[in-house]
Amino acid sequence: MEGEQVKVLKYWASPFSLRVQIALDLKGIPYEYVEEDLLNNKSQLLLQSNPVHKTVPVLIHNSKNICESLIVLEYIDETWEGRGVSLLLKSPHQRALARFWAAFIDDKLGHSISGMYRCLEKELRKKATNETMNNIALLEEAFGTAFNGLKGNPFFGGECIGYLDIVLGGLVVWIQVVEAITGVTLIDPETTPLLHAWLHRFCRVDSVKKSLPQFEKLLTYGYLVQKKFPMLTYE
Amino acid sequence: MATEACGEEGQVKLLGLSISPFVVRVRIALALKGIDYQFIQENTKNKSQLLLQSNPVHKKIPVLIHNGKPVCESMIIVQYIEDAWDTKAPNLMPKDPYDRATARFWAAFVDDKLFPCIRAVFTGQGEQLQKAAEDFVTNCLLVEEALRTNSCFSGQPYFGGDEIGLLDIALGGMSVFIRGLEKATDTVLICQEKMPLLSAWMDRFCKSDGVKEVMPHLDKQVEFILARRAAWME
Repeated sequence: MEGEQVKVLKYWASPFSLRVQIALDLKGIPYEYVEEDLLNNKSQLLLQSNPVHKTVPVLIHNSKNICESLIVLEYIDETWEGRGVSLLLKSPHQRALARFWAAFIDDKLGHSISGMYRCLEKELRKKATNETMNNIALLEEAFGTAFNGLKGNPFFGGECIGYLDIVLGGLVVWIQVVEAITGVTLIDPETTPLLHAWLHRFCRVDSVKKSLPQFEKLLTYGYLVQKKFPMLTYE
Repeated sequence: MATEACGEEGQVKLLGLSISPFVVRVRIALALKGIDYQFIQENTKNKSQLLLQSNPVHKKIPVLIHNGKPVCESMIIVQYIEDAWDTKAPNLMPKDPYDRATARFWAAFVDDKLFPCIRAVFTGQGEQLQKAAEDFVTNCLLVEEALRTNSCFSGQPYFGGDEIGLLDIALGGMSVFIRGLEKATDTVLICQEKMPLLSAWMDRFCKSDGVKEVMPHLDKQVEFILARRAAWME
């Protein structure tokens, strides 16, 4: 690791930059970070290193800029292969499965969760809520069967956390915040016993604990987002 | 062309429609790697049991079934093909992690930024359609710029270098669909004037071995698009 420069442009409330922090800590890679003021004043460094999307996370590794959290996770896994745990499993089919559910989490689950608390219209909020419940049920099923949760695997990655645990895990405090704002329970011991147990296990992992945002602080932020960025449509 | 039965490593089936740009992506990857497969044409209005069982979450094509195990989502399938047949040339991904991240970044851009504009042109009318076409051009100009200035790509015949790679497949797989949309809706999406590098790349790509055999004919693509648009108008 001598001579390596690893910097993360992050935002305390972002589930995406959280994923990158967890991955680096899990692999024991020391890094500096820059806390971005996303709402008011993005840094020049951010605008230069991610000119296309202008958002976090950005991983800056020896002057190379890597953007988009899922892409950063694979970059970390490939660059520091053999260091610490592997994030993705070796089998092509397992990798495809993990990538599939990561895309599902970002495209479907993340979208419906946003709709649940940000849609202005009651009917749209209801639609988003139903979709979220459905998406979570699909994840519960997948964890149980495709990822052997029912056979005793504690994490999507197997015995220890991996790529998909980190992808879903980035959202854990947000899920709790949205439950609090909407009064709707998304993950509980009766309807989603596997995910419920997984969540508690995940939050106890050292590399996770140190970076999770504080619930109360994120709840306040959640209310702010609800007010400042309402969703007028929902598809 | 679809061929019957198994490849060396086991049976490969592809569920899809030859007219779908997402299916085209997968067929290109399979053709480049020289992988034999059974192509099962789906009727999207009457989806087969096999499709519904293999992709219960999205119920969409393409689905690749390899040794009985399904893989879904076109770019995930392309990466799977590379991973599962990684010792078979050509390699669809570069070796260096940063180059791989760059290819993945722009492939994600195609799906997350370009494709929604394409879909909006496909389904849009009047002002909405014009706006979608403009948005497509704005976003596509970023890809043109990357092709011009990014050291991973500039001066090479393909995004993948001397040979077609993941990003070529991601965007190139859409070529006939994009040209078909231009004809069907009378819009300009990728023009020589504003996007000289992309235009040249697209022509080169569509004429390449492995690609030209699986690309739908432009007339059939236009026909398909017009038929869908007419059906929505009713």
